[in-house]
Amino acid sequence: MERTMRYVNSPVVKKDAKALVTGKPVYTDDLAPKNCLIVKVLRSPHANAMIQSIDTSAASRVQGIACVLTWEDVPKKRFTMAGQTYPEASPYDRLILDQQVRFVGDAVAIVAGETEKAVDKALKLIRVKYEVLPAVLDFRTAKDNPVLVHPEDNWHALCPVGADNTRNLCASAVSGDGDVEAVLASCPYVIERTYHTLANQQAMMETFRAYTYLDTYGRLNVVASTQVPFHARRILAHALDIPKSRVRVIKPRIGGGFGAKQTVVAEVYPAIVTMKTGLPAKMLYTRYESQIASSPRHEMEITVRAGADADGTLKALDVYSLSNTGAYGEHGPTTVGLSGHKSIPLYRTEAHRFVYDVVYTNRMSSGAYRGYGATQGIFAVESAINELAEKMGMDPVTFREKNMVREGDIMPAYYNEKSNSCALDRCLARAKEMIGWDEKYPARDMGNGKVRGVGVALAMQGSSISNVDVGSVSIKVNDDGFYTLMIGASDMGTGCDTILAQMAADCLDCDIDEIVVYGTDTDISPYDSGSYASSTTYLTGMAVVQACEKLRKNIIEKAAKYLNCDVSTLEFDGKKVYQPEGDKEITLRDIGNQIMCNNDDDLTASASHSSPISPPPFMVGMAEVEVDKETGAIELIDYVAVVDCGTVVNPNLARVQTEGGLAQGIGMALYEDITYSEKGQLYQNSLMQYKIPSRLDVGKIRVEFESSYEPTGPFGAKSIGEIVINTPSPAIAQAVYHASHVRVRELPITAEKIFFGMQK
Amino acid sequence: MIQARNYVKAESLQEAYEVNQKKSTQIVAGMLWLKMGNRTKQTILDLSGLELDYVTENEEEFSIGCMTSLRTLETHKRLNEEFFGIFRECTRHIVGVQFRNTATVGGSVFGRFGFSDILTCLLALDTYVEFYHEGLIPLAEFAARTQLLSERDILVRIVIKKDGRRAVYQSQRLTKTDFPQIACCVAKKDDMWYVSVGARPERAECRKIPTDGDIAAAAKAAAESFSYRSNVRASAEYRKALAEIYIRRAMNEIAEGGRK
Amino acid sequence: MRIQFILNGRKTDADIDADLTLYSLLRDKGCLSVKCGCETANCGLCTVLLDGKSVLSCSVPAGRVDGREVYTLEGLQSEAEEIGCFLAEEGGEQCGFCSPGFIVNVIALGNEIPEPTEEEIKEYMAGNLCRCSGYMSQMRALTKYFQYKKGER
Repeated sequence: MERTMRYVNSPVVKKDAKALVTGKPVYTDDLAPKNCLIVKVLRSPHANAMIQSIDTSAASRVQGIACVLTWEDVPKKRFTMAGQTYPEASPYDRLILDQQVRFVGDAVAIVAGETEKAVDKALKLIRVKYEVLPAVLDFRTAKDNPVLVHPEDNWHALCPVGADNTRNLCASAVSGDGDVEAVLASCPYVIERTYHTLANQQAMMETFRAYTYLDTYGRLNVVASTQVPFHARRILAHALDIPKSRVRVIKPRIGGGFGAKQTVVAEVYPAIVTMKTGLPAKMLYTRYESQIASSPRHEMEITVRAGADADGTLKALDVYSLSNTGAYGEHGPTTVGLSGHKSIPLYRTEAHRFVYDVVYTNRMSSGAYRGYGATQGIFAVESAINELAEKMGMDPVTFREKNMVREGDIMPAYYNEKSNSCALDRCLARAKEMIGWDEKYPARDMGNGKVRGVGVALAMQGSSISNVDVGSVSIKVNDDGFYTLMIGASDMGTGCDTILAQMAADCLDCDIDEIVVYGTDTDISPYDSGSYASSTTYLTGMAVVQACEKLRKNIIEKAAKYLNCDVSTLEFDGKKVYQPEGDKEITLRDIGNQIMCNNDDDLTASASHSSPISPPPFMVGMAEVEVDKETGAIELIDYVAVVDCGTVVNPNLARVQTEGGLAQGIGMALYEDITYSEKGQLYQNSLMQYKIPSRLDVGKIRVEFESSYEPTGPFGAKSIGEIVINTPSPAIAQAVYHASHVRVRELPITAEKIFFGMQK
Repeated sequence: MIQARNYVKAESLQEAYEVNQKKSTQIVAGMLWLKMGNRTKQTILDLSGLELDYVTENEEEFSIGCMTSLRTLETHKRLNEEFFGIFRECTRHIVGVQFRNTATVGGSVFGRFGFSDILTCLLALDTYVEFYHEGLIPLAEFAARTQLLSERDILVRIVIKKDGRRAVYQSQRLTKTDFPQIACCVAKKDDMWYVSVGARPERAECRKIPTDGDIAAAAKAAAESFSYRSNVRASAEYRKALAEIYIRRAMNEIAEGGRK
Repeated sequence: MRIQFILNGRKTDADIDADLTLYSLLRDKGCLSVKCGCETANCGLCTVLLDGKSVLSCSVPAGRVDGREVYTLEGLQSEAEEIGCFLAEEGGEQCGFCSPGFIVNVIALGNEIPEPTEEEIKEYMAGNLCRCSGYMSQMRALTKYFQYKKGER
């Protein structure tokens, strides 16, 4: 089908923009009925303990308290909170409340009451006796530790991911291609380095929240700030041990997700309260809870061995990832895969190996965070490549020009997929120009006690999970000929409602205002895995294209009926169906109105789409930093990024995605520390202590696009949501190294680390 | 969040003083710090109706009411002219404009927080605090008290003498709007340096050092005279190193004529 | 206790607990544009105008607004649309959760510094955190907005 691109590739304003900028009440807590019970959770002060007894009598007697629930009141079937396609790779290791608590902050009891004050008072009156157990706090000692995080008999893994609860293993695997040891042995240049990334918080501005109520039919309705409404329905049914038909999940506007809300963090608590009491209930996570008991990035320690021959050809990469899933296995077995599968394929190699272990510890459970393991892996591999180039005395850009993946390459470390669309070479050339690499590499002494250095990193990601994710839409013609596009994807502020409408408008040759987008309600929306894994533009977008093609066909068929002529004589130009070589025509408006009377088949179309491949977007990031030679203080001066996301569907939204992802990456690289007390309490438990960057901390961020065309994507598009967070850590680490000769392999890169590094 | 049953908006200082004699009373200034605790009190005492939000000036001194916002200090033309912009410099990193419109100088000084930029800054100047009952005392004396005898007294205003000191304020932070890792305010009058260092992370103290020697040596001596401790923002060792560097830089800046 | 204040241009009464914050009072009064992103006065989402100055409503005792004037975005709709238009044209509103506090503080900025430099904008807006945008689109929007306002004068 010949497609004009009127809306695709243009900076259309988001459909919900006006409501958002004028502060309309469109978020979960704005919509919650005033009579909701307030739900709060009592949290464990211990990293590992058995609850010996729990006395809720005084708490229950507080005026206004509706219920106090403990481990004895909840279903005994284990489940996972990970929002993934069933059967989930994440082990079933959770109960809503358990007798054993496994990290500081784990849920001990649920209290619901009429007012916040009553609930707060009741929480203070619950008396718990704990048998405090030794805890596994260092993830390096977790595997085969005598202390088991999950000793219980009913722990089970649904998928063969190499999990073994008797060894504190949530997953493990080995993969590779070629004889890595032999190739490395033949290399004149080999390095082996270990890098450490932390359990960073997504820190979306709207914390986790949901409210629940029983509808007319006695079904549990859940309005939740979630990226995965359909998975949430299944998870809640599992957790509550009720049929899925009794659960409905609705997603309103949500205040950011970044993967955090791909885990059902808050929903189970109000849900069980509503099931027990029959009353509407609401849980709003505090920022404190969002920091200490949520779904942050998996902490990883990654060892990279890289070998090159004398002329600068990279020969082999060997990656070992140790990932810390914390107390529960949400996204543990899957995130780790990306640490190798989305870092190693950035380069052509003769041989590679990727080995990983994912371990349970008595820390907060990890989850999904933008980048999903690729971020950790790319920090390690890109840093190692920079160190290898340094060892060889080669400009790291030259080294990449020589070794990076190119369009048409088969990528053995990426499931042998072919790189159909790859403008990485153009991205690198442009980034180099933008930052003035040749003039600035490696560093310049500014003559005022400060040195400026530059650094580079490449990145890739995927576009949806191949052979797993499902994107679906249905579209219908209404009276007067406007369309309703029903989607199951979850706009979390990124603008997918708008870009899917852009595609639909181009496919149907209509004004974008003629497309009404509705999402997401599990009773109404077509099934979609959800907005994660960089899938919506690529996968749901393709479903839009396919549904619109079907609908065009249906419209013409309907017109043929009304016009009493053969379908093959008709064409549809978006406004009317007409005979190019005859005089019969009917407007879409008339068709829309006629189908409302005496009609045998509705004018709708729907499509589901899955992809056998996951085409990687690519990008290059380059950083310029200034380091104070005395104090080690770091100032980020300039960050340039050039992205190949295939066709850019909405240049404004893609740019903001990129700038936002880079700012988060900058936070991870420079500011966002995670430290624990000896007892396992997290110190960075607020936005006062966990320092996400303000607008004064991100320097200047400049973004450009170098588009390839992905033949399997809608209008040639790939993904952009996640890749954008991956380059800052390695690029900034290298820029700092060039400025200070201090190599920081453990994030964040702080002035203090530079200072003491420079003392050596 | 602080919890309380009664809210008293005082109509006179005498009334405020009387209400504040009960231990169950809590004066709320900007409430920025108090709201984070879980204190339960009988009475919240609000001084916002007493017209204590002012900066006035005469020949000898500035007088700053306890309910004056940090934003006022930051933007006050005369204060910043007289003291070389240190009030802007010591406030502009504190979270954001909305925060500084909300936070009060009385709250900052009375709280004697270790991280306080304001206390660090004021200690390098000839500053006094006036309590309703106790009267005027040097800020350094108040800041150094181990037991807060003035707990039930009311901090009414702050007085800064215009004694012609030149001063420079320097700090380093993890992010631009975070608490300081170290905060240094250095002033010079006649042949004496006044070196105040806060966020060590203990509360600020001020040292007097003669200006006759070499600046580098003076900065080293000053930095060594303080104690330092580690917390999540920096180690003791790093803080000490930073103190020396920033004290020296501030002294050099003053020697070169100060910030304009 | 009873208080009286001007909320978005209208005289308003409230019977409040002593320890109520202005943030909670405003949401109770239906001003749902006011959001909370932290409990530690760090995020700027709860920003409102109190006697014309931007303050963190999470940290103002409700009792203190007795006799004073409070504006939330509900009472600043035309300004919100105007500033919001510049933001939306950059795609900078993203999830929108921080937009109300952001826009209220932009209004305060415009009142205090009608023609701010880029540095002044950055410093004035530093207390408004945003996790989606990376801030660049906000800066582009504000630069254009203040140019437009200058042209209007």
